[in-house]
Formats: sequence, C-alpha cells, structure tokens
Amino acid sequence: MSVSVSASGYAVLAEGVVKRYKEKGQKGKQGGDGGKRALDGFDLAVRPGTVHGLLGPNGAGKTTAVRVLATLLRYEAGRAEVAGLDVAREPRRVRSRIGLTGQYAAVDEGLTGRQNLEMFGRLFHLGNRRARQRAGELLDRFDLTEAADRAATEYSGGMRRRLDLASSMILQPDVLFLDEPTTGLDPRGRGEVWEAVRALVAGGTTVLLTTQYLEEADRLASHITVIDRGRAIADDTPDALKNRVGGDRIEVVAADPGDLDAVVKTVDRVAGGGLVVTDTPARRVHAQVADRVAALTEVARSLQDDGIAVEDIGLRRPSLDDVFLRLTGHGTENHDAPEVAA
Amino acid sequence: MTTRERDPATTGARRPGDGPGPDRGHSLAYWAVSDCWNITRRTLTHYQRQPVAIVWQLGFPILSLLLYGYVFGSAMLVPGGGGYREFLMPGMFAMTMAMGFMSTAVAVVTDASKGVVDRFRSMPMAPSAFASGRGAADLVVAAAELTILAVTALLIGWRADGGVLGALGAFGLLLLLRFSLIWVGVWLGMLVPTPEAAGGLYAVAFPLTMISSTFVSPSLMPDWLGFVAAWNPISSTATATRELFGNPVAGDGTWVEEHALLMAVVWPLVITLVFLPLAVRRFQGLSR
Repeated sequence: MSVSVSASGYAVLAEGVVKRYKEKGQKGKQGGDGGKRALDGFDLAVRPGTVHGLLGPNGAGKTTAVRVLATLLRYEAGRAEVAGLDVAREPRRVRSRIGLTGQYAAVDEGLTGRQNLEMFGRLFHLGNRRARQRAGELLDRFDLTEAADRAATEYSGGMRRRLDLASSMILQPDVLFLDEPTTGLDPRGRGEVWEAVRALVAGGTTVLLTTQYLEEADRLASHITVIDRGRAIADDTPDALKNRVGGDRIEVVAADPGDLDAVVKTVDRVAGGGLVVTDTPARRVHAQVADRVAALTEVARSLQDDGIAVEDIGLRRPSLDDVFLRLTGHGTENHDAPEVAA
Repeated sequence: MTTRERDPATTGARRPGDGPGPDRGHSLAYWAVSDCWNITRRTLTHYQRQPVAIVWQLGFPILSLLLYGYVFGSAMLVPGGGGYREFLMPGMFAMTMAMGFMSTAVAVVTDASKGVVDRFRSMPMAPSAFASGRGAADLVVAAAELTILAVTALLIGWRADGGVLGALGAFGLLLLLRFSLIWVGVWLGMLVPTPEAAGGLYAVAFPLTMISSTFVSPSLMPDWLGFVAAWNPISSTATATRELFGNPVAGDGTWVEEHALLMAVVWPLVITLVFLPLAVRRFQGLSR
C-alpha cells in the first residue's frame, strides 16, 4: 500500500502543539490563560512505515498527544498533521486514514468477535459484504478464528487486545495510534500484541506507540520521543537514548536506616563523582558506575570493612526511571498533573 | 464543526491502493441514517444474544405491578372511583418508560468508560449516529417492554375500554415520554464517570417516579407534595393514558390533571428541547 506523508515527508507531524485542560472549579473557561498545559509546545515527527515510541511518566502528556492527533481533542496552538492531512482542518478525512487503540480494549463485550469486526466494518462504510469479508480476514490474521463466534466477554486480556487491534486495522490505516497497548497484560498477552504490531508495520502501516515500558519501546520502536510535562525532551533511537543514560548502576539497600549516610558516602566515593540517588523510605542508594565488577567488589568490601550491614547489593541495567532521571532530574513517579481523560 | 470539514468524496479521489474510501460516493445524510441503523442494530444484537436482559429490566415493574395490585391494592382507593388495578396499570406503564432513562445512561457510560465512544469518534462515521442509534434502539426495546407489560396486565385482569385508537394513542404518549428521556439518559451517561456511579442514579430516579400519580392520587398527599406530584411529567402521561385506555383517573381536579392530554405532549417536548442540546453539547464537549 502507498503511505501518505505530508510535504515534509513525515507520517505524523506535530509542531508546537499546545493543549490546556480545565482545572477543577474553572468551569467552562477554555483556551484562556488559565488551565495547566497538558501539551506545552509539543513537537513530534514520525517517519512513514516505522514504529515510533512515545515515552513518558503518567501525566506527561502521552495520552493527550495521541488524542489530539487522533482528532479526539482540539488543540489551541501549533500545527498537527497526520497522513499529510491537517488534523484541525480535516478531521473527517484524517479519521478515514487512522486507527486508534486506546488504553482500554474498546470492544463491545456484548457481541462476538466476528460481530464486533463486522459492526466496525460497516461503520467504516465498507458495506455489508465487504465488512463480513474483512472481519474474516482479520480474525484469521489475529488468530481469533476459533473464538470468532464466542462473546468477547469470554476472551482473555490478550485476545481482547488482539480483537481491539484488529478493529483499528479494518481500513488498513496509514497511521495507527497505540496508547499503552500492553498495560495490564500478562507477558504472554504482551508478546501477542508485539507480534501483531510487527506484522502491521511489515504491511506498511506507521505506528505511534505510547508506553511506560522502556523494554517495550526498545523491542518495537526504531525511534523514541521522550515526553515530560507536555514537551518532547529527547528524540533519538533507543540505543542512543540508552547510551545517553549511561551504563550499569550499582544499587545498595541498607539493613539499618541509620547507616544510609555511610552507604551514600561509600557509593559516592566508588562511583567517582556520578550522581548518587537516595531513596530514603526504601533505604536504597544507587549510582552509575563505569566498571561494574570493580565497583561491586569495592563497595561490598568497603561496607564490610566499616561494619555496615547490607540487605541487598547488586548491579542493574538502566531503566526508564534512569532515562527520566537523567533527562529531567526527576523519576517516573506521578506528577501532580493528571492526563486529560476526556 | 461540520462546516469546517470538507466532504472527502468531493474534494478529491483517493489514490489507488488506499483501501476503501470513507463515503463511497454517498451523501453525509445517507451515512447519518446508515450509521444510525448500524448502532441501533448493535444494541438490538445485545438483546438478541441475551433476551433475558429485557426480562431483568422488566422485573421491577412486573413485581411492583403484582405487589401494589394485590398486596396494597385492596386497601387503595381511587378518589374518582373505579378499580385500583385499572388505575395502577397505566401508571406502571408510565413509570417503566420514565425509569428507562436509566438503561440509556448506563449503556452510554459503559461505552464511554470502555473507550468505545472514543473508537466511534476516531472513525469516519456520522457524529450524530452514536446518540441517534442509541435512541432508536431504546425506543424499539421500550415498545417490546410495553408489549410484555400490557400482556402481563391483561393476564391479571386489566382491561382497556378506550378502543383501538385510544390504546394506540396511549402507547404513543408512553413512547413519547421515553423518547424525551433518552436525551436525559445520554446526557447523564456522559456526565457520570463510571457505570457504578450511574447505578447510584436509581436513588434519585426512584423517588422522582414515586412522587407522581403512578400509585396514588396526588390529592391524597400533603399539599406541597401533592403539588409536586401533580406537576410531575410522569403524572401527565399516566393520567392521559388512563383517559385514553378508558381507565379510572385520579380525579383531583387540578388544572394540570384536567389538561393531561396536552401536558403529556408538552412535557416531553420541553424535556427534549432542554436535554437534546445539553446531550449534543456534552458529546461535542468531549473534544475540548
């Protein structure tokens, strides 16, 4: 299939998009100076035929960004283009080029899998015969043929998600938005969804994927944009991002809260000037290290020499938490800014 | 909003290989009707898969019908004279129609909380279809409910002496009340956050349907309560259908009761005029 792109050559393009949401008690006032900015000059450029990851903590603006691009929310400033069409000016045409899979599997549980796909097909204006045919194709492709005539209530989480994905693929969209598609799924369900996404992209679809899991973005995305407080703060390949975060980290959990200061001092000395992070309630201290084995040996020996009891000590790979720590100076704990839900 | 959108069917052909077009050469009006029918069909399929759902929905009115008709019925007096069960049935019909807004609200909030509304809104279907299809399906279900209730009532001895035209007019007024309350249901469904919260609406809806002429004449209530009950839209529909069925009316002699036929049309129109725009605004407001 041909891939629609804007004149700039991107399947999805956002430039300086601003979206405010209502604050409590600020009834009806919209677009004024009031209201927190869910998107605050948000930029995004997605190459056609790729999976692009949009990473960020809760409340960073991921869902708002997807809802704006999928024509569900109007934005107040900036410019947004999907499949070469202006989102604000031609929402109806955009809707015939996109698929959306939100945070909940948006399937009708009162219908069977087949009835769901046929209904959505008719609502995508395929006509009865074509809708039936397309439903059959998609059930087959998403490995749901056996369960096709059972009610969706009886589906497992992974099956429901696959049905959800199939529903957003009815028109073979140019651009597919996946908003945290694996949240709440077990590892098997997660694997099923990843498999399906890879197949879609092989078919020429561009995917914008939001996730809280670095691993997920790492597995699927060729490019990642990190969003925080409504702005894109980094945009790179997964490898480059990880390099930016740095290598391994040493992590020590003190047995006694009173020893925490001593542990920090030791880790700081061994880490050689790297940022030492202290999580007081968890009695945990961690820092980036250059030589993982030497650092582990040195910290363990030093703490033992000082007679400090340790509950746990070890090395770990950088996580999304570390990416945020490095890029923003704060972790992935929820901000006070909730996502725009409606 | 639609004025800003250009019809894709007229602004240029899609390139080959793009897959099926969104409008296939039909007008927007054609799709508004077609999409509405598809949403209606979806709801009716729910009942087709689970016909027992209608029976559950009717459990309360049928139970009330039997409880009030037989347990309290012998002690109840109709001020205007006539049998209590004859008086009660049209009231139960009106109350069932009135309580119907709850099932609309619950269905809408269920769709909204599961992301189904978002999916519909991200599709190239007619924006009006979600509400219009819901409404059409609810009317079909309401007609089925009325049929079942009427048959039950006939089985326990209720009789309508108002002729075929009167009966048809009565059922028409009952469906008109249900129609007007669809918009209250759609509006509430988009206002409350969860299906569980929508269930809490029963606490409000139940007294509202009780403070009416459904079970007893407002003239037997304390003055202030009787006034509220007499002006309750459900009372107007109940009294008007009693007249049309040839059943006894409360006969409390108030203006609103004497003009019940008129008010049974005016009230639903007023409710529709208020809540249809509210529901539409709420639906559009989702995108702000």
